[in-house]
Amino acid sequence: MKIKVQAADFDVRAELSALNTAQVGALVSFVGTVRTDDGVTHMELEHYPGMTENSLAGIAQQAMQRWVISDLTVIHRVGVLRAGEQIVLVAVASAHRQNAFAACEFIMDYLKTDAPFWKKEHGPDGARWVDARSSDLSSLDRWH
Amino acid sequence: MTVPIQVNLRFFASVREQLGCSEQVVTLPSELATVGQVRDWLILRGEVWAQALSHDRSLRMAYQQVMCDSSEPLLCSGPNHEIAFFPPVTGG
Repeated sequence: MKIKVQAADFDVRAELSALNTAQVGALVSFVGTVRTDDGVTHMELEHYPGMTENSLAGIAQQAMQRWVISDLTVIHRVGVLRAGEQIVLVAVASAHRQNAFAACEFIMDYLKTDAPFWKKEHGPDGARWVDARSSDLSSLDRWH
Repeated sequence: MTVPIQVNLRFFASVREQLGCSEQVVTLPSELATVGQVRDWLILRGEVWAQALSHDRSLRMAYQQVMCDSSEPLLCSGPNHEIAFFPPVTGG
């Protein structure tokens, strides 16, 4: 299991190859990118060092307990990110695709509501903090 | 019976900007027993604090770097207390 919070970009192909794929039949990955809506040129990603890593590790561990997973990687970037750049990678290796898909979605859903990251968008009208979406909270319902 | 404790306050994102402060060490009065009571005590500091930590906004809290709600009790022992206030998170 690999959990990283970093300013640098990541190479999805290299990260997928680094996963332990013994007895694996499925590799599911999700990459989140900076939206280009509304002329957003770049964003700043702030986080709570220490709590962020623990929170991501806790979410990943819950996923490991819930599904049969061989390995997983979560990388989240912080700092200044330009439109179109990669923000987050969640990659899950498992014997079967159902487990890998479900665990990947579970991790993203909880990352969005529990991991202490905040986005500030910069666009033509200046800078603004992104509001949390209530739909992110309600998407947790399916895991209860 | 509780004793006064030193706590490291942390503020993030819009809360940090409103207060113009990211971190501050304070000594809490001994009667404060929960994270919510710390918030209410800080609100009494003045207009800027009242706005940044207002009950009219949705504010998240963490104690010892774990998300909590306002009823979270403050532990009476140990030197390293950290309470954080921040808006709902928006990562991913």
